[in-house]
Amino acid sequence: MKAIKYTGLAILLAGLAIFTSLLFIGKYEVTSDAFKSFTDSKGIKSELFISTFSKNIADKEYTSAVALSSDIIEILEESNAIHKKNQEWDKVIWGKVHNISYDLIKPAGKGSIVDNKGMYWWLTFGLGIIGSLLFILPNIVLLGAPGIKNNGIFLNAATNRGWIGIIAFIYLVGFYLLLYFRPEYIVNWTYILDPISASLSGGLASQWFLYGFLYCTVMLVMGVRMYIKYRHNMYQIVRTTAVLFFQIGFAFLIPEILVRFNKPYFDFKNAFPLDYDFFFDWNINNLINSGGLGVFMLVWGIVLTLVIVPVMVYFFGKRWYCSWVCGCGGLAETLGDPYRQLSSKRLVAWKIERWLIHSVLVFSLVMTAFTLYSFFTDQPTLLGIKTQDIQFYYGFLIGSWFSGVIGTGFYPILGNRTWCRFGCPLAAYLGLVQRFKSRFRITTNGGQCISCGNCSTYCEQGIDVRAYAQKGENIVRSSCVGCGVCSAVCPRGVLKLENGPEDGRINPTDVLLGNDVNLMDLVNKK
Amino acid sequence: MEHIVIIGNGVSGITAARHIRKLSDKRITIVSGETDYFFSRTALMYVYMGHMKFEHTQPYENWFWKKNRIELKKGFVSKVNHSDNELVFENGETLLYDKLILAVGSKPNKFGWPGQDLNGVMGMYHKQDLENLEKYAPNNKSCKRAVIVGGGLIGIELAEMLHSRDIPVTFLVRESSFWNGVLPPGESAMINREILDSHIDLRLGTNLKEIVSDERGNVKAVVIQETGEVIDCNVVGLTAGVSPNIDFLKDSGIELGRGIKVNRFLETNIPNIYAIGDCAEQHEAIGSRRPIEAVWYTGRMMGETLAQTICGNRIEYKPGHWFNSAKFIDIEYQTYGWVWAKPKEGTSQFYWEHESGKRCIHLNYDTDTRKFLGINTFGIRMRHEIFDQWLTEEQNVEHVLAHLKDANFDPEFYKHYEQEIVSKFNQENGTTIKVKAKSWKRIFSKA
Repeated sequence: MKAIKYTGLAILLAGLAIFTSLLFIGKYEVTSDAFKSFTDSKGIKSELFISTFSKNIADKEYTSAVALSSDIIEILEESNAIHKKNQEWDKVIWGKVHNISYDLIKPAGKGSIVDNKGMYWWLTFGLGIIGSLLFILPNIVLLGAPGIKNNGIFLNAATNRGWIGIIAFIYLVGFYLLLYFRPEYIVNWTYILDPISASLSGGLASQWFLYGFLYCTVMLVMGVRMYIKYRHNMYQIVRTTAVLFFQIGFAFLIPEILVRFNKPYFDFKNAFPLDYDFFFDWNINNLINSGGLGVFMLVWGIVLTLVIVPVMVYFFGKRWYCSWVCGCGGLAETLGDPYRQLSSKRLVAWKIERWLIHSVLVFSLVMTAFTLYSFFTDQPTLLGIKTQDIQFYYGFLIGSWFSGVIGTGFYPILGNRTWCRFGCPLAAYLGLVQRFKSRFRITTNGGQCISCGNCSTYCEQGIDVRAYAQKGENIVRSSCVGCGVCSAVCPRGVLKLENGPEDGRINPTDVLLGNDVNLMDLVNKK
Repeated sequence: MEHIVIIGNGVSGITAARHIRKLSDKRITIVSGETDYFFSRTALMYVYMGHMKFEHTQPYENWFWKKNRIELKKGFVSKVNHSDNELVFENGETLLYDKLILAVGSKPNKFGWPGQDLNGVMGMYHKQDLENLEKYAPNNKSCKRAVIVGGGLIGIELAEMLHSRDIPVTFLVRESSFWNGVLPPGESAMINREILDSHIDLRLGTNLKEIVSDERGNVKAVVIQETGEVIDCNVVGLTAGVSPNIDFLKDSGIELGRGIKVNRFLETNIPNIYAIGDCAEQHEAIGSRRPIEAVWYTGRMMGETLAQTICGNRIEYKPGHWFNSAKFIDIEYQTYGWVWAKPKEGTSQFYWEHESGKRCIHLNYDTDTRKFLGINTFGIRMRHEIFDQWLTEEQNVEHVLAHLKDANFDPEFYKHYEQEIVSKFNQENGTTIKVKAKSWKRIFSKA
């Protein structure tokens, strides 16, 4: 069994190595024809850009996407600078330079990868999936009988911030930086998914298709790991199935299929303000212009946030979203599960958390207020601040850096829920409802707690669960996503996630159950 | 300002200190020679198993003590001079107190076995034992085999710990079945199976004769009393129970039995000296409880109670209905009320075991009055509050069975067994009890 496991690991690492090395192979050539169709489709009016490009870059073969991108951006910025100086605003090419560069480079690839997309899929995704499964499946035997088997987690360099964790951290952060800020460098990765993308939406794979596909693949494989690890625990099995279903179905397949039928790309479960650009003018216009379905989507999105989300939180706690439906939560609960013990339980972390997450909520609401003001009044600025600027900074700081680079990249360092705990504005909103108006709580079972600390250690949200349990107090915390792991790891059967009457949800704990001092005496003497 | 000194930073002493602070402004000093800060002794096993780091076993952050003006002093007390209200430390230092709380805990039993002090022989009680284990049994290359002597809760935990690092374990249990002084035969047999299923070499009805040394004073082997068999090993765990850690009090004038004798107010024979937790011995046992109870929550409750007395509200220690819990490798155990290993006269029992052999419940009730006396539950979690309420209300066994769903505390989506349990009871007793649906109203209606 161990041999199979290590063979799997070797295959996985080989797949990962090939995947990584794809970035460094292949050739690129923007042909004159391709360039022409680019300028036509984008409506580019800068003769300067067109002529310089045609002279210096078109039909020239590059061996690296980095070099090609650097040349493209150079002439793009030069021509833009001249047009801006001459106040020829219609000739300026707007948009993020790296996205423009991506659009030019995506059709420019040639050589082995482009010619053998299927083979490279198998060498990367294929090997990765097979290797991971071979690595994971033997655990059915190796872990022993079903039950909590956290043996060696803090003795293992992969899960205790050791050297393997550091490498994983660097790799993940690197991946997110490329994805968000240098998509043109990773076009080779998108080629191998072109056939799958074509079969779903009919189009070629973008970097976001790559991300979505990778996301689902990783969640599925790590979901298998969850099924094995928690095979004695039906709550975990049902919950894992739910997050996989919502990610693969709602976040990935349905939007792609909608595109195939010329409908707006829409994730029905992605609620504002996590879905921070829902009220951006391009989105609203796109939905309004897409007929009945688009209008339904617009209404659905608003109802989801204003009605469905709080009502469901009232009945079930925020867990129904955060650890059953949400994509970010889904990744955290599958890929992130091995890192859950790394979240800080210190009081100071809780203080930072409350300031940070509520600030992001306010930021998202202020940004949306600006957006709607501009949308309805057609004024680009409010109080001297440009709506576009505030949208840009939100997207850059929160959308890319916080939720992506830090939120996921830092799994091996800060634990798997950094974004959900410190940054997600939707989680902040759900948390407020959960804290003040909900039937959900984690019940503490009388006086059975022995303060061992398993619950706190394995709380991904950094809640010091033990601090409540050892006082006999129920846990009612805005940040709890109801993953159920505290209850699972408790050796004494002390914790239970449940939805019950609001009365007595926060229970008095002057004296723990079992100590029969006369409570009334005690209260009277105070 | 009155100075309260507490010897021992375990759960009893710490709970007393916290509650005294809540209730008063007295000066509080906690003395411990074991660690700087309070940690959960019950969690030491998880540190060795890699589930946690030692810092995770500390329920309060290090700033907590200063913030709450609880002074911590590290050192071993060697003598108590009660006539001068003075403690003398091993290094000669002294400390004056106005009131003294002895919360000194236990130490592992050693029964004079030859070789019991060799290198590689240890209990599993103190933080130092954990450090020792890490030293002598870091992996299965340094430690080819470990032998554990004594079949109680700590013994099975130590076996599980060593097993987690793939170290072969031989587990010597004096009794004919695991923990059968506490567990009835069905439950005890279930745990025997669980131990064997984990590939732990369980030897029932087996005693240790001696521990054999190599030329450097390290453990080399153990010899079995009954057969003379020699088992090669590198580590011996002595887990044959614990007893109060009171040697330093021998000539103090404080009345001692096996532990420190206290009355129901946790007062010793010397004014202003109290004892709580594992080291306290009641003059007369309370209910069916033992005079010395080395249980986590009784230590905590004594601390809560004594804090009241110290702060001027003198109250008796009144532990409520007996309850306890443990985990035997993968099988969780809870008990509420009394289910005795050997049935007492006038009581009847009902035992249900799941076909998997990993879950069971055992009910104990009065044969004539049908009054419910207690339950053992293995592999099914139950609600403490509900059972406490039923015991207080003296409900009969039929009521308990009919409302069993109210008591279930397993996570959501778990399979329920109430129907199966009650059918079996009905079949055996000719009754027609129907299982009632779970009712939030009943669960939250406090008697």
